[in-house]
Amino acid sequence: MLKRFRSALVMVGECVRMSLDNIRGNKVRSFLTLLGIMIGITAVIALISTVSGVSGSIASSFADMGVGTLTLNVTGNDLKSGLTADDLKTLSDLKSVDGLVPNVSMTARVSCRGSVKTDVSVAGRNAYYALLNEDMITQGRALNFIDDDNCSFVCVISQTMVDTFFFGVNPIGETLYVAGLPFTVAGRYEEDSGGGIAAIFSGKPDVIIPYTTALKIGGTGETNNLTVHMAAGVKSEDAKKELEECLDPLFGFEEDCYTITSMESIEETMQTMMGMMSTLLAGIASIALVVGGIGIMNMMLTTVTERTVEIGLKKALGAMPWQIQLQFLIESFMLSLLGGLAGVLTGLLLSYALCQVIGTQFVISGGAIALGVGFSAAVGILFGWAPARKASRLNPIDALRSI
Amino acid sequence: MGAEPFFRMQDIDKDYIMADEPVHVLKRISLTLEEGEFLSVLGPSGSGKTTLMNIIGCLDTPTAGRYTLRGREMETLDERELAGVRSREIGFIFQNSQLLPRLTACKNVELPLIYAGVGHRERRRRAEAILERVGLADRMDHLPSQLSGGQQQRVAIARALVGNPSILLADEPTGALDQRTGQQIMELFRELNAEHRTIIMITHDTNIAAHARRVVHIIDGEITEGGTAHA
Repeated sequence: MLKRFRSALVMVGECVRMSLDNIRGNKVRSFLTLLGIMIGITAVIALISTVSGVSGSIASSFADMGVGTLTLNVTGNDLKSGLTADDLKTLSDLKSVDGLVPNVSMTARVSCRGSVKTDVSVAGRNAYYALLNEDMITQGRALNFIDDDNCSFVCVISQTMVDTFFFGVNPIGETLYVAGLPFTVAGRYEEDSGGGIAAIFSGKPDVIIPYTTALKIGGTGETNNLTVHMAAGVKSEDAKKELEECLDPLFGFEEDCYTITSMESIEETMQTMMGMMSTLLAGIASIALVVGGIGIMNMMLTTVTERTVEIGLKKALGAMPWQIQLQFLIESFMLSLLGGLAGVLTGLLLSYALCQVIGTQFVISGGAIALGVGFSAAVGILFGWAPARKASRLNPIDALRSI
Repeated sequence: MGAEPFFRMQDIDKDYIMADEPVHVLKRISLTLEEGEFLSVLGPSGSGKTTLMNIIGCLDTPTAGRYTLRGREMETLDERELAGVRSREIGFIFQNSQLLPRLTACKNVELPLIYAGVGHRERRRRAEAILERVGLADRMDHLPSQLSGGQQQRVAIARALVGNPSILLADEPTGALDQRTGQQIMELFRELNAEHRTIIMITHDTNIAAHARRVVHIIDGEITEGGTAHA
């Protein structure tokens, strides 16, 4: 048994050496054959690495904007369709909550001094929001608690609005008509300069008014969407739990009246989607691997035919069929593996270049490399099997007859 | 002496089907050999001598008849066992030496030992010893293309000897060589035979066959004992 194992080991070693000899002896042909595998692996590696780089940068931009916040969406039921100002007060008094920002958003027609602008985004926010973004205001004052409590008709406006309506004029104290109602301009702010995904989710509106006023204009008096800022050091699951304990009685313990979403869960969904996408892309890229495998099979079949005499000779010298099969199997395995290794290399280079172009960070994914090498080895064995079997079954007499 | 001789063929038939017609290539061939003999099988082309060699060399099996080598019945063996017999008992020498062009002389000689599962260092040692024996001590690491025809054939003989087989089986060993080199190869054969090697040589050349101690003629698949030497 030990002797057989040893002799098999000797065989494998010799086969690897002979294969490398043969691959080297047919440089151009071997290169063209392994090119197929190389391209396939390059595609797979580049895709996986690039996608993982992109999803890494998505994760970090989520972290930038969303750490420590929960989004509460209220759909309500027949008795209660949203949260009142008192409810908000109750919520903001919870231990795990630092503060709330109600999001009341609408688009309105805005006019002033004879100019009119339609489809202006108007948002109702509260004093806590002003507190969070205290650097935002560049002139005048921010909204405060008194504005909230009194439903004041004051507003802060963006630089764009200033340029539209008050070019060359000090806007503070001027009257702006939002949806036909007169608002006194209290302050002015710069739009967020930060770009990217964060801007899409947290982009600032053009006009900000007290949320109580916004609700009044809307006619419901109830908020349906708010961002909950958690107290420092509170885990989002714990905050979610406390919020639920507080909200459930308000809606008579009815199901599906509200949803609480953490940024983590949005990120998770995003990551899942990215994962699916990369699997799909890798699947498409692996078609190239199959094509490469067929190329290897073709070359191996040609090789077997070319080396008929050699096979016959080796059989005459006492080679067992399995030894012949092993030799050809190892040759196609080596060929494919070389292609795979080259593919991993070019794939990583390509994805590095892609990451530079897209502007995301480049991550070397060990899994992708393992996948590429493993897959190419598997392709070599799979597509080398039939030619190797053909070689092992060659009749030595027929093989030697061509001498 | 035991009942079973070293090498024995009894009523060997070999038929091929060619174009739907059976061809009797070998007809009731019987041949016995003692260890240490040097036999020539002399016959013109088409006489069936290559088929006979294939059967002796366990590359082919007879249609009928019994073939025993060192007491082993060859008809009962499967493909794997036949490969084992070739590895241990037979040393093939072909007409065109048939060396692998990308391997050095030494590596070519090592080849049968690879399939016999001999380790690297032992292989090298044995191959070097045999190459020295056939007079190529200074050509070990040359490629076949860097060797003369006679030297190539010596490498082939070394390759046949390295596994220490029971029989050296040579098919037209001088066919591709000029007369002088052929004579030298024959000298080597005689020396090996003097060292008690059993040799079966197949040839169409009467002069070459004459080097053997015993000659049989094969014509149209039938063997006639030609007695010893000199035609």
